[in-house]
Formats: sequence, structure tokens, C-alpha cells
Amino acid sequence: MKISCTLNGTRIELSVPADRRVVDLLREDLGLTGTKESCGAGDCGACTILVDGESRLSCLMLAAQLEGREITTVEGLAESESVHVVQRAFAEQGAVQCGFCTPGMLLAATDLLHRNPRPSRGQIREALTGNLCRCTGYQKIVDAVDKAARLVSGDES
Amino acid sequence: MTPEGTCNSMSSESDTEAQGELITRPDLFPRNVLAIGDAAPRADAYEKATGQTKFAADYYAEDMVWAGVKRAGIPHARVAKIDTSQAEGIPGVMCVLTHRDVSGTNRQGVIRRDQPVLVDDKIRHCGDAVALVVAETRDALRKALDRITLDCPLLTPVLDAEEALEESAALVHEDNPNGNVLLKGELQTGSGDAAEQECEILVEGCFETQRQEHAYLETEAGWAQVKDDGRLEIVCSTQTPFRDRMEVADALGLEPTRVRIVVPYVGGAFGGKDGITVQSLLGLAALKSGGRPVKMWWGREESFSAGAKRHPARMYYRLGSDRSGRLHYLNVRLYLDTGPYDHLGGVVMTLGLEHAGGPYRIPNAVLKAWCVYTNNPLSGAFRGFGVTQVTAAMEQMMDLLAAKLGMDPLELRFKNAVRQGDRNCVGKTLVSSTGLTKCLEALSRMSTGKERDAWKAAAPFFKRRGVGFAALMHASGYGPVVPDFANAKVELTVRGKIRIYSGVVDMGQGNAATNVQIAAAILGQTADMFELIQPDTDRTLASGSASASRCTYTFGNALIGAAEILKNRLVQRAADLMMARKEDIALIPGGIRNLGSGRVISFSQLADFLNEDERVAVHYFRAPVAPDEIGAAPDLKLHGLPHTLFSYGAHAAWIEVDELTGELEVKKYLAVSDCGNILNPQIYEQQIQGAIAQGLGYAVSEDLLVEGGKVLNPDFFTYLIPTSADVPEIVSVPVKMYEITGPFGLKGVGEIATNGPLPALANALADACGIRIFRSPLTPERVLDALNTRNREDLE
Repeated sequence: MKISCTLNGTRIELSVPADRRVVDLLREDLGLTGTKESCGAGDCGACTILVDGESRLSCLMLAAQLEGREITTVEGLAESESVHVVQRAFAEQGAVQCGFCTPGMLLAATDLLHRNPRPSRGQIREALTGNLCRCTGYQKIVDAVDKAARLVSGDES
Repeated sequence: MTPEGTCNSMSSESDTEAQGELITRPDLFPRNVLAIGDAAPRADAYEKATGQTKFAADYYAEDMVWAGVKRAGIPHARVAKIDTSQAEGIPGVMCVLTHRDVSGTNRQGVIRRDQPVLVDDKIRHCGDAVALVVAETRDALRKALDRITLDCPLLTPVLDAEEALEESAALVHEDNPNGNVLLKGELQTGSGDAAEQECEILVEGCFETQRQEHAYLETEAGWAQVKDDGRLEIVCSTQTPFRDRMEVADALGLEPTRVRIVVPYVGGAFGGKDGITVQSLLGLAALKSGGRPVKMWWGREESFSAGAKRHPARMYYRLGSDRSGRLHYLNVRLYLDTGPYDHLGGVVMTLGLEHAGGPYRIPNAVLKAWCVYTNNPLSGAFRGFGVTQVTAAMEQMMDLLAAKLGMDPLELRFKNAVRQGDRNCVGKTLVSSTGLTKCLEALSRMSTGKERDAWKAAAPFFKRRGVGFAALMHASGYGPVVPDFANAKVELTVRGKIRIYSGVVDMGQGNAATNVQIAAAILGQTADMFELIQPDTDRTLASGSASASRCTYTFGNALIGAAEILKNRLVQRAADLMMARKEDIALIPGGIRNLGSGRVISFSQLADFLNEDERVAVHYFRAPVAPDEIGAAPDLKLHGLPHTLFSYGAHAAWIEVDELTGELEVKKYLAVSDCGNILNPQIYEQQIQGAIAQGLGYAVSEDLLVEGGKVLNPDFFTYLIPTSADVPEIVSVPVKMYEITGPFGLKGVGEIATNGPLPALANALADACGIRIFRSPLTPERVLDALNTRNREDLE
């Protein structure tokens, strides 16, 4: 079927089977391999993308569900030339180890900061429970989101 | 943009050449010269945080085909008929391969090569690979795998490690001279069992620990292609490229020089990729795909059922002391269920045996271990590597003993803790830095008896609080026989960058970034001056595996040598060119300055004056080994006994137990570690925190359930690894001791912290509620059950 949507700020027209999984569409058809697949069952969050600004699991979505939507993947997170504040915080705070959960984690964190610009550490932990990480023990991820929140809300520069 | 618009092509030669460009950003990586000890952001962090890093699973190509495996699904059977005819008829299926299509030995393995690429004589576990399908699409692949049928007479499965030792037990490998015993280990020190009667206090316990799944986020993946020159190129997610090359070549009947293994950044491994997963299967598929690239990517369920696990263990302990608490005697019997193949089971068992007595002086010991073949899922390397299991047992024994003595558990540990110059429980004299007592001192300052008592007394209604400890010791390296070596290469490129060639995989632990930091510190450079070539059997020099807490210790030492050689050469040649003395020349970021004249020559200018051989420096390092004769049998030595370099730690868990639900919540977790000097505090903390999180999962929730040889919970919905809400804030305190044999004083930090949580939590539970659960994990059900039993007993 024909689908039109906005992907990382660019309007695109796609011709794909309606039941193509979004994760396959992104990775295989569009070459956006920053979106990862780890469980294929909605349990781990590695394939998280933003759909109209909200985090969604691309392994549980079908292409047809993208019609008219605005989609952001990790490749589109950085606005223009600057690194996104959350990406920067992840890199600086040591929140990245193997990096396989990182794209999904970044998008889930971005979604959180949209909804709640000043989350407590507990709220950050709660918001990221859908995104599994096996390397970090989460502490530095929480540090990074905390830092990003303080930068975004202007509490810290 | 259209679906056809951007498509990644698989690596052509030019792509491979481009590999190594380090994507950094000046705003993220300040243009400061990196120094040892800087908590600098990791060199790989930016590209990973922007989704640019390509993992093995991230390659697709126009003419690529998919390969997949038919798994046995039955634990033990004689291979009779494998019917592939239906599968072959499915449109899009290129070929269906069985063992008959394998030209080599069809056997893989690290020490005992007993694991078939595709089963031939027998099926030995449910995850065994029976047939391999190569298809145009994943859809065709799935259909074909469903249509392969087996008609194989079932054999009695061997499902318990101790029962497998009985005379009447069925055999997993009929050709193994020792029946179902893969390896048996036995060690005695002092007067052995005769010392038991000299003990004034004796405690006993039998502990059972469970199977643990690695659960790396990137499942086993890779792609392979036979190149125009006839060589087989395999890009895959592995910890062991140089060993893989030999195994793949042997199994498939190729010359090792015809096989190239390339390893991009790996999406987590933890030991689960220390051994063959997709490699030979991919190689075989590529040999039959008419030159087209082949991709294989295991699904989560396949990763659970076919990949290796942490060995389940049954451990019988007897520990004796005098009335003052001085340890006198230890008797241990360990039974490890290794599943159907060697993998690294014998080595895991031997490391467990070596650490069975913990970090204590125990003059008399009888230690025995059996690593046993069964038809259960494969067990193998997993961060902690046998030490995790025995530490869980020994550290609980210490608390049992402390309770019987009426002694503070920290005091008992301190009293018996090894110091440099002591012999450990296998009789090895400790000659490397030994910081255990410093760790214990720091921990007791952070958890004084007074503080603990006050905190416990303030427990809310229906909650009990307790504090538990664990003292840790973890060896690094391969032991006395297998060469633990690394070979580093650095190059000044014609473009004036410094390129580091590393043969040791970065699976997330950050050794690639540490390599940059080491070379940068020596050469006086900023991070953006570097390029990294990740492991590639063609381009990087042979080095040992990414395992055994040895990556940075061994490769770091090699790299220091190579960087020093390059530095000397650049300084010397610049001095020649500038008609200056060597002493007048200094390296500055991007070039060299004549301090006398102020003249600067850039690296790219200097590179123009050097020929290729001059621009490259290599250095080899082989780790020191223990010369101690401790009476270990030759096969135990081969499997790694004894080691000479150890890291130490002391952990404390402050927990709260819900008496109504049995839930156990860790309120505070303290980890004091002696892992030598710290090159980058951020990367160091990552290792400690990540290992503790895995250990906490092992302690309370992770349990790979197996019934009749079959995994019952092969997904993240039923196998529970910790989430961000399950892991407490961890306080990590380093005891920075300088290990003189280490690169800038470092020791291994990768594994040790995994070993602390289970015993610390079990001891905290006993402290809180007076119950001890000898079987892990400490699930709410088990805790509640133990609380009820205790309450009933109290009533009676």
C-alpha cells in the first residue's frame, strides 16, 4: 500500500505491504539501522521510536499504522547540526556501553522529558522500565537523563 | 526518500578499509590531551548515541540471502532420518543442508571439540542444530524450517549432573573415556580430611544455584560471503575472532588462512559469545550460496535455547575453624551441569575449584569438582565463570560459621582474609597486589555495626531489615599453560592520524576507548587524533580473547609497548628532519614541536617522510603466570590452575524484606573493589555497576527453567532480568592499589562484582529474618515459604 508520513523531519511516500513490521521497514527498506531489534515481542524496548512524539515499539507496529504520522528514529533525534541534549548527556555521563539498547533508551528518555521536564530519579527509573539494558545497571542512564532534564529545564547550564 | 533510496551495502573492500574512522565530535570530546585517570567520555559513545555504529546484525545487501537453523527440540536421540524434501520445495529456498554437506570434522570446541556444526550421530540437547536452510527471504526461511521433519529414535535423556555419574546412567558421548564426566578436578592441601577432627567449630551446607541466561541485547548475528579470491569472510558478533578462525576452518575443512573473521562492536556478550555461535553455520551457508552474502540473526527464543548459560551448580560444603574463628579446614564437592558439550565447561569448573575457598587462608582443604555432561541446555562461559557459584556458597558458609561463633561476619572475614604473601586455599602464594583487607576496612567504615543496628531497628511495619556481606576474589587471565598474550599495532597514517589495531573485541566493556586513552596519554594526543581498527583476523594482530578479566591488562600492556616504540621513532625522525637533538623535540596534539626553535611539523608532514615500515610499531605482551607447584594434575593446569593475578572486593547489601509478600528490596548496595589503578573512572564504574545489576538478577529473579531438557521461559516476558526500577543506586568505592605488572597499575575489573550480590543478599536475608534459602534465586515465593516454615517452627 501507499503510505505517506514524516520521517525524521522529511515527508516521505512509501510503497510497502501494509503488514510489514515497522522495524523491518526502517532497518531493511530505509537503511535506518540505528533502530535495533532484540526480542521482537515488545518486551525489551530496543526498537523504540517516537510516533507523534510518543515512544512506540516498532517491532509491534505495522507499516499501515504510520499513515499521516510523524516518526522519529535515533538518526533523526539530533536537530539540525547539534547533538540532541539527551544524546550528549548519554555520551558524557557514561550511559553508553555496548550501545545496543541506547537508541531505544534515548527515545524513551526524550519522550519522558517531553511529558515531564523535571523528573525525579525515581520517575526516570519508572519511565525507563520498558527498556532493558544488560550492561550498565541503569545508574549512568539515570544520571544522563537527570542531567539532560536539568539542562533542558534550564536548572543547569 | 523511497524504500530503495538508502540501502546499506555489505562491506566491500573499500568499506572495510574505511572501518576504523573514529566518529568523534569536538564539542563532546574537548580538545584536551587524554590522561590516565581522566573520566573522559568513551571514544565510542558518540557514534553509538547517534545510532551510527554498525553491529554485526546491521548489514544488509541487495543480493543477500538468509540462513536459519532447524533446532532439534528433543534432548537426546539417535539421528536417523532428517526429512528436508518438503522444505526444499518451498519457493525461495536455495538449499537445505545437513551434516552430509559439511566437509570438515563437523566438530567445534575450545578444548574438547565435541560440538557438531550440524548433528550427525546424535542429538544431545533441544538446541542442537539439525539442518541449515538458505533462502531468498526470511519468509521462505521460516516456512522451510517448519517443514523439516525428524524421525529420530529417542534415547533416555540425562538430566541431572549427579545422577549422570551413576553406573546405570545413559551416556551423552559414547566416545568419552570418562563416561559423562567432562572433567574431574581434585586438590588437597595441608593434611586434608585429617584436619576435620581438629576443628572446634564445624558448619555444613549444600547450595544449589540456577542456570542464568546472558541476555545480551544483541542476539547472535553475522553475515558471511565467499569472496572472489575464494576466501570465506565472516563478520560476526563474537569474543574470540582468532580462535573462531581455527574452529571454523577445522569444522568446515578449510585452510585457516582461507577464513577471515571480522568483528564490529558487539552488542553485549558476557561470556555467551566466548565460543562458536553462528560462525560455522554462516560459513557453511556461504560456501553453498553461490557467492552471495548470507545473513543469520538468531531470534530471542533461539538465543535462549541454543546459546550457552551459566552452569547450574550443586555444592556441598564443610567448613571448620577453631573457637577464635581462625579457619582450619574446608571440604568442597562441586557438581556442574555442563550440558551436552565442552564449550568452556572444564575451564569454568577449574576456576570454580580454584576459588572454592574464597579469599581466605585455609591451611587444610579437600576440594573436588565434577563437570558433567547432560542433555540439558549448554552451559559455558558467563561473566564470573564458576567463581560466581562458589562465592555464593563460600560466603554463606562464612556467615553460617560467624553465626555459630557468635561473631560479626565482617570480623570473621577480616580475621581470615588473605594478604600478599599468604597462600590462598589452593596453596598458591599471592604475589600480586592483594587489597582485600583494605576493601574490608573501607566497607566496615561504611557499614558500622551501630549504623546497621539503628537502620534495622527502624524497619517499617511488616518489613524486616538486614545487612549482608560478601568478600570477593577473582583471578584474571588464562592460567599457567595456555598463552595469555596480546599483540598491539599502532600506525601513523599518511593522513596524520594514529591508528590503533586491536585484536581484542569490544563487546561493550569499553576497551576500545581505553586503548585510545592509553595511546593518547603516551603520545600526548587528543581523542580525535585516533582511528580504531576493531578485531579482524586479516588486519589486526593475533591476540587472546575478550574474556577472563584480561582484555585491558594484556592488550594494554602490549599497546603501551607499541605506542612507546612509535613515540620514540616519531621523535627521533622529527629530530633528524629538523636537525635537532631528540631531547629538544616534544609531541603536541597533531604533530611535533622543536622546543628550541619553536618549529612545528604536523603528523601528516612527518608521515610523508616515513616509509610504511617506519610508520608502524608493534609490541607483543604475554601475561605472567604462576610457577607454583600446588600438586594440580596436568589437565587441571591446562584448564587454568592456578592463576597469579587476582582482583578483590567486599560488598554489602542493605535489604528490606516484606513479610507479607516475601519480596526482597535492596535499599542500598555498597561495593568496595581492589582492581588496581583506574585508567578511566567512568568505564571502571560501568563495569562495577553493570556486573552488580547482573548479580542482582541472579540473586532474586533470573532462573532459566528447564524441564525434560527444554527451556520453559525463553523470552524476556517470563525470564526476568532487572529493569531500571529493580536496581538500586550502587555506591562503588575503589581501593586504588597499583599493580606493578599491570598497564599503568591496572588489574581486571570485568567480572568480580558479579559474584557479590547473591551471597550478600542471602546473608542479608538471614540477618533480617533468620532464614537461609540454600537454593537461588531468592524469589518471593521461596522467601515467603521459608518465613512460613520458620513461623510454624516458632509456634511449635
